[in-house]
Amino acid sequence: MAITEQDVQASEDAPSVNYLNNGYGLKSWLLTRDHKRIAVLYIISISIFFALGGLFASLVRFELMTPEGDLMSSDTYNKVFSMHGIIMVFFFLVPSIPATIGNFLVPIMVGAKDLAFPRVNLLSWYVYVVAGILGTIAVVGGGVDTGWTFYTPYSSTYSNSNVILAAMAAFMAGFSSILTGLNFVVTIHTMRAPGMTWFRLPLFVWSHYATSLIMLLGTPVIAITLVLLMLERGFGFGFFDPNLGGDPVLFQHLFWFYSHPAVYIMILPSMGVMSEMVAAVARKRVFGYEFVAFSSVAIAILGFLVWGHHMFVSSQSTYAGMVFSIITFLVAVPSAIKVFNWTATLYKGSIIYDTQMFYVYGYLGLFLVGGLTGLFLSSMGLDIHLHDTYFVVAHFHYIMVGGQVMGYMGGMHFWWPKITGKMYPDIWGRVSALLVFLGFNLTFFPQFILGYMGMPRRYHVYPDEFQVLNVASSLGASILALGYVIPGAYLTWSIFKGPKAPDNPWGAKGLEWETTSPPPTFNFEETPLVTEEAYQYGPIEEH
Amino acid sequence: MADDHHGPTVRIYLAVFASLMFLTALTVWVAFQDLGMFNDVVALGIACTKATIVILFFMHVKYASRLTWLLAGAGILFLLILFAFAMADYVSRGWLGMPASHYLQ
Repeated sequence: MAITEQDVQASEDAPSVNYLNNGYGLKSWLLTRDHKRIAVLYIISISIFFALGGLFASLVRFELMTPEGDLMSSDTYNKVFSMHGIIMVFFFLVPSIPATIGNFLVPIMVGAKDLAFPRVNLLSWYVYVVAGILGTIAVVGGGVDTGWTFYTPYSSTYSNSNVILAAMAAFMAGFSSILTGLNFVVTIHTMRAPGMTWFRLPLFVWSHYATSLIMLLGTPVIAITLVLLMLERGFGFGFFDPNLGGDPVLFQHLFWFYSHPAVYIMILPSMGVMSEMVAAVARKRVFGYEFVAFSSVAIAILGFLVWGHHMFVSSQSTYAGMVFSIITFLVAVPSAIKVFNWTATLYKGSIIYDTQMFYVYGYLGLFLVGGLTGLFLSSMGLDIHLHDTYFVVAHFHYIMVGGQVMGYMGGMHFWWPKITGKMYPDIWGRVSALLVFLGFNLTFFPQFILGYMGMPRRYHVYPDEFQVLNVASSLGASILALGYVIPGAYLTWSIFKGPKAPDNPWGAKGLEWETTSPPPTFNFEETPLVTEEAYQYGPIEEH
Repeated sequence: MADDHHGPTVRIYLAVFASLMFLTALTVWVAFQDLGMFNDVVALGIACTKATIVILFFMHVKYASRLTWLLAGAGILFLLILFAFAMADYVSRGWLGMPASHYLQ
């Protein structure tokens, strides 16, 4: 949407003190209790880890260009893909949207001055940073080679890498997300502005509420599981050792009890971003608001009942497998409700083809493929063939990168003017969104075929007939990387050289668009009074 | 709740501390008794009692709002889900008479 002179004028008339220029010293940032500044600190931190995780992904794709293991040894390859997974899951995907965009927006969207516990919010960032430093020490000190799943008995008994340090890093990162989740639950329950009833909340807030419940209910389990692993490895406790009465599969139960819902910790906030962007680009109220809201809660609850689908080929009982399989099929229902409702929202909408729209389309396509291939894997018989193949790798990247990262990137573009007060060049936004979509499909679609043909994950030596598809995948990864580097460049440029953003550059609805860009320290000059439902869009205005 | 803003008194804290110490001593003593099939039941029973006391008094849930009760209850419910589904696996592993199932009996 074009920016009018009136918009710019209105923005220039806005109060000059905002959260960014309210203090410049290092101390004003490192000791801040402002949720917006903490969100910015998180954006910088997770960007570093995204780059580091991406570097490891690049090494994996370089190695897989040829069938021989010619770039690195098997041991090194094990460490490289493990560090890629650990960094991306625990230090990027889980905190990415809640700790950044969520941290920035949840208080503003509910009409509050800050989160309920500002000091706890800052503490969560420091815990995250300490966890990140521990993880980095684990990498620099020789790495870890267990895969991000830390499966026993390899991790507890046989691995000669920095398992305890990496597990401690993941343990601490978990506490950081518990603190964030706690803050969101309390804020959403107790700090909503007058008139902001539950069914007037933006769907972004609903999805963050559901995410926070998973963080609070699930993360303690992974934390204690990692403690058990450390005790077993360090002191030979025997929880997971059959020789001492333990069971290695018990680790998988405990690990996936959190780590499957963790997928929803990653994807639900992204779904919230989609709901906001779909409504804004179609200029319509989200179709079936209540259904989309409750589908978030349904995903959060059902997501806890499906973990056994990761264990069909372990010694898990066939009967338990059947139950997990059926419930896994059920969890597709609320996910499908969202996709159908977003599509129905676009129907007859006044669609604007800007950067956000590209990300919306990209997300819908990629999440659809990721979700549907999940149904393949939840079928017990088919999973025996596909388990631990590249089909699984492709599936979860379609969800985690195609879904989650598309949502993160789309959300960053959508709210960038609000966060920084600056506009970015829309044409570059569209170009990079297109590159991400094309590069992503070229990277991961061949992996579905590779997996179906039987190429196992976590191997760097493979038969010659798999090379063409692996080279295609590596080529796609280069394009995908370009799709991430370009936004990094023009978004950074926009901070220094970009035109000033008006308060509401997209003509979007929501309390965040009623305050200034960037918002003042306490978000609003006066506590807002909410008098209407979310997404009350009218026809598009001529500019 | 009427007593939303009242926390436990020092006297209650001391009583809780004493009971936790007593239950810890009891755990150690019970560990040296052979109660047959009740060994685990008694040990877990004492542990759960201690956890309940900590949650109610040290974590102030007894004096908190209904919403806090709801969230604490949700935590326990999801813990039970973890136990129930994981045990459903262990209990039913031998039902189909798989070749290796005798190792799990």
